[in-house]
Amino acid sequence: MAGLTYEKALEQFDPVFGIEVHVELNTATKMFCGCANQFGAEPNTQVCPVCLGLPGSMPVVNEKAVESAIRLGLSLGCSIRDSSRFARKNYFYPDVSKNYQISQYDEPTCFEGSLDVVLDDGEVVTVGIERAHMEEDAGKNTHVGGTGGIQGASHSLVDYNRGGVPLVEIVTHPIQGTGERVAEVARAYVATIRDIVKALDISDGRMEQGSVRADVNLSLRPKAAAGEDQAAVPFGKRSETKNVNSLRAIERAIHHEVVRQAELLLAGEPVVQETRHWHEDTGSTTPGRSKEQAEDYRYFPEPDLLPVEPSRDWVEELRGTIPEHPAKMRARLKDAWGFSDTDMRDAINADALDLIAASVEAGAKPQAARKWWMGELARTANDRGVTLRDLAVTPAHIAELQSLIDEGKINDKLARQALEGVLAGEGSPSEVVSSRGLEVVSDDSALEAAVDEALASQPDVLAKIQDGKVQAAGAIVGAVMKATRGQADAGRVREIILQRAGVEG
Amino acid sequence: MSSLERSDVERLAALARIDMSDGDLDRLSGQLAVIVDAVAKVAEVAGEDVPATSHPIPLSNVHRPDAVRPSLAQDAALAAAPEAEEGRFRVPQILGEDA
Repeated sequence: MAGLTYEKALEQFDPVFGIEVHVELNTATKMFCGCANQFGAEPNTQVCPVCLGLPGSMPVVNEKAVESAIRLGLSLGCSIRDSSRFARKNYFYPDVSKNYQISQYDEPTCFEGSLDVVLDDGEVVTVGIERAHMEEDAGKNTHVGGTGGIQGASHSLVDYNRGGVPLVEIVTHPIQGTGERVAEVARAYVATIRDIVKALDISDGRMEQGSVRADVNLSLRPKAAAGEDQAAVPFGKRSETKNVNSLRAIERAIHHEVVRQAELLLAGEPVVQETRHWHEDTGSTTPGRSKEQAEDYRYFPEPDLLPVEPSRDWVEELRGTIPEHPAKMRARLKDAWGFSDTDMRDAINADALDLIAASVEAGAKPQAARKWWMGELARTANDRGVTLRDLAVTPAHIAELQSLIDEGKINDKLARQALEGVLAGEGSPSEVVSSRGLEVVSDDSALEAAVDEALASQPDVLAKIQDGKVQAAGAIVGAVMKATRGQADAGRVREIILQRAGVEG
Repeated sequence: MSSLERSDVERLAALARIDMSDGDLDRLSGQLAVIVDAVAKVAEVAGEDVPATSHPIPLSNVHRPDAVRPSLAQDAALAAAPEAEEGRFRVPQILGEDA
């Protein structure tokens, strides 16, 4: 069966998939203790008796984490349970200090929602959400010896700084009917979740740092015969690919699993229901533990924590803070700004949408805001290897810069110099314009003098202009710009030249 | 009410990483079965009007504000560890299981 392609596989089989997304919340502290929730500290310096699981310590729920979980649930169209509780998920692994993870089991805080996912061509797929529940993250293992992986390691080292960091796990219902677009839908779903958590400002949404992580479940079933109901065909056995941590990897992992499972089925071999590991380098998965032999977590209610019972009033208050669905917001902004598909896609990919929006809010024209953020500033950020947000330029600066241009105080060239000053921390655009003396010469008498001088020194050009060869005026404009060190408004200079030559522009 | 089988106890012991001899298993399956049956009797008494409860005290929403409190120093955190290395807890080879 070697050589089977994804497309060929999906001509014969119908894919069903589900995704579990873990979102790390950006609270100041951990889920059940006051240790700082911050990435990158020295190992085991953000730990305490609670998150180390020392005897006698007692967890207490972080109110902000509950608020974030509820806001996320509401954004996913979920119902919020009047009374939900925590449960212990028991298993032995060194990254879990207590030998159990505090999670939610039979009473998750958020349940039964749905999310519209918009594909690149505008097609909308509605994904059913089974639940979104709160839990704590595990510590980080480092394997020593061998090749750095778990195989061949002599021992492992554990840092519990991440242990106890608040997570929300979002679980979908099985998603059917996506056919050959299965990989695309999976990717768009995770991208939408990432956009939502960023819009809610409850997580930094950085997949590369593990703030948003996905496990992908996939199974194949035979395609229904013509005229028969595909939904009536029972699901096949599924694999669960763990820790697929980029949008591209989600697409690749689905491609790989579709082909792998189709090859097995076509060869008459069974697909084993199991956990699989994703390998970014080879774009393939390998088996982890089989579901049959493990997965008995003996969940029971967490006796050290009390039920979470958000009041209806509070939930409604939080509902009022839910931002617009990112896809709807984009469609609205694209329309309002008159951006092309390409403009919009570039701005989204550069993560500049909210910066452009804030600049427009501050008074800049959309195209002007786009030009600055996607041009000069994107280049600078790229050169410096930082994000647009790291630059010393704010949307208010951009609005101010553009209004200086629109008022004729500076031209584009001077604006670029002013922006350099702002980037160098010299102050606002107006401050840089005045401290660097960048203002255009708008005093007509000064310009007229310069024009007269240029015309006098190039009488042949004057004759050409008067002869009707208006484009010859360019040479005079150039001379005036040079004389004023670029600080003249070229349009105005041209007008004056034509007036002086007695030709109407 | 079905009681606890010896094979159930064997499985639970394996899940809890408790090494049990055949004698332990024989003895404990009997004892645990008595406990499980006793709990089951309570369930028979509870009528439909008695909701399942996981907490005896009628409290809820005991939360804390999202404010950072001091953590332990690294050496204090590692003080009780059997072994430590590079500021981390050192644990034996992890084999046969995955994260």
